[in-house]
Amino acid sequence: MLFIQSLSSFPLKCCANEPPVLIFLRKTRFIINFAALTCSIEGKAAMTEKAAETSKNVEPARVDPSFKHEVMREHDGETLKACFQCGTCTSSCPTARFSSSYRPRTVLRMAQLGLREKVLSSNALWLCTACFTCTDRCPQNVEVASVLRVLRNLAVKNGIVPVIYRELTSSINETGYAYRIPELRHKKREESGLPPLPKANLADVSKLIELTGGSKLLKK
Amino acid sequence: MGCTIPYRVSSYEVSARKVFSKLGVELVEMPDFNCCGLPVDPVNHDMTLALSARNLCLAEQQNLNIVTLCTGCATTLRKTNKMLKEDKKLKETVNGYLKGIGMEFKGTIEVKHLVQMLKEDVGVEKIKGAVQKPLTGLKVAEHCGCHLLRPKEYSGFDNAEDPLVLKELIELTGAKCLDYADESECCGYTVVAIDEKVSLQLAREKLRHIKEVGAQAMITVCPSCHLMFDMQQSRIERAFGENFNLPVLHYTQLLGLAMGFNPEELALKELRVDPSKIIEVLKA
Repeated sequence: MLFIQSLSSFPLKCCANEPPVLIFLRKTRFIINFAALTCSIEGKAAMTEKAAETSKNVEPARVDPSFKHEVMREHDGETLKACFQCGTCTSSCPTARFSSSYRPRTVLRMAQLGLREKVLSSNALWLCTACFTCTDRCPQNVEVASVLRVLRNLAVKNGIVPVIYRELTSSINETGYAYRIPELRHKKREESGLPPLPKANLADVSKLIELTGGSKLLKK
Repeated sequence: MGCTIPYRVSSYEVSARKVFSKLGVELVEMPDFNCCGLPVDPVNHDMTLALSARNLCLAEQQNLNIVTLCTGCATTLRKTNKMLKEDKKLKETVNGYLKGIGMEFKGTIEVKHLVQMLKEDVGVEKIKGAVQKPLTGLKVAEHCGCHLLRPKEYSGFDNAEDPLVLKELIELTGAKCLDYADESECCGYTVVAIDEKVSLQLAREKLRHIKEVGAQAMITVCPSCHLMFDMQQSRIERAFGENFNLPVLHYTQLLGLAMGFNPEELALKELRVDPSKIIEVLKA
């Protein structure tokens, strides 16, 4: 391209009485353009070689067409099919604003396409703050936050659980509260005249956790 | 009351009880309540549904409506209540779990957050009447939080894109409520355990915007948001080299001050960021 360009600007016939300065400029421009063109051709060749090398090492992700059905079967996951990738969710997301890896739109697309392993093993999935701004603003009424929650539930079923959730579940199982409240707090309540804290029927709570399949999450 | 308030934010409970007693709201203790289940929703949704349904059943047995101080609990209990009332299949599934502990969900009660209850059941007039020391001259900014008004089909109250009810309740106390950029944005507390950088940056942006408009304090209605802005404020200041010094009050503390309670009664001492500046402003 550059060569042709340089040729076109290069008068084929030099004027008979061309001033020496112009002759000099013309020749310099030609040399520079030719050098640039050679480099770019060589560069492109190098790029193609590198591309050929890398493409041998990258494995295409495995696609599972039944994955989206798996997601849509779960409660509140049915609206996944309505997503047409407008990106309103990502631009409303408080986490996406500050994180370079989390994009709700991408996660939903990967789920729609069936990139099962990639979606379920991604760390970014756990960055959803459950603020529901995406769900409120989606023009297709896709329950984005709920679909993300379904994906997290599925990741858990496949054995991927951040440690904090094991702690929270164990705490609820043992005390009825998500946090373990120290004795000092109970004493302070008594001193300040507050009524004692509710003490849930732990047998009931444990039974519910067991019936809903939460026992697998308890800390060993 | 939930899990976070008795653990770390008891000032909210103390001030709320004082305010309720003056407004004539009778609170019935529920000694058998458990966690609403929101913290474990990402790992097992059924568990969350079952845990919140249990609380709903307990309230139904006594024919009482539930009022919550925590917006997270409000959204979970409210959502479960509505979903079970409307979706027969889901109701059957959850009743199947509840049968294992001898309970059944019937769908006879309502769940409201403190803010909704104050607006709808207590009423603006009654609150105005109870204000004895209007907080004129105080400029505050409000932070509604995410779960009070979202998702909109389950909240049935106010408008998440332009929250007006909390502003109205604040202005009843005589204080002026300022608008600021990012008003309806999340505080980031939910993911502080997963990636704290994102959360701290979020909270910092909000604090910056609030400071820019010249607010003297910030009002929250959720214990988690309060933890993020109050307890973590010094951490945010250190991480980004900024200085906010912005007191964060619960709405019940603000209302309590306007009703004439003194700061000790409303547990203002328990706030991490020193609120004494505000008390000076009010005395003047």
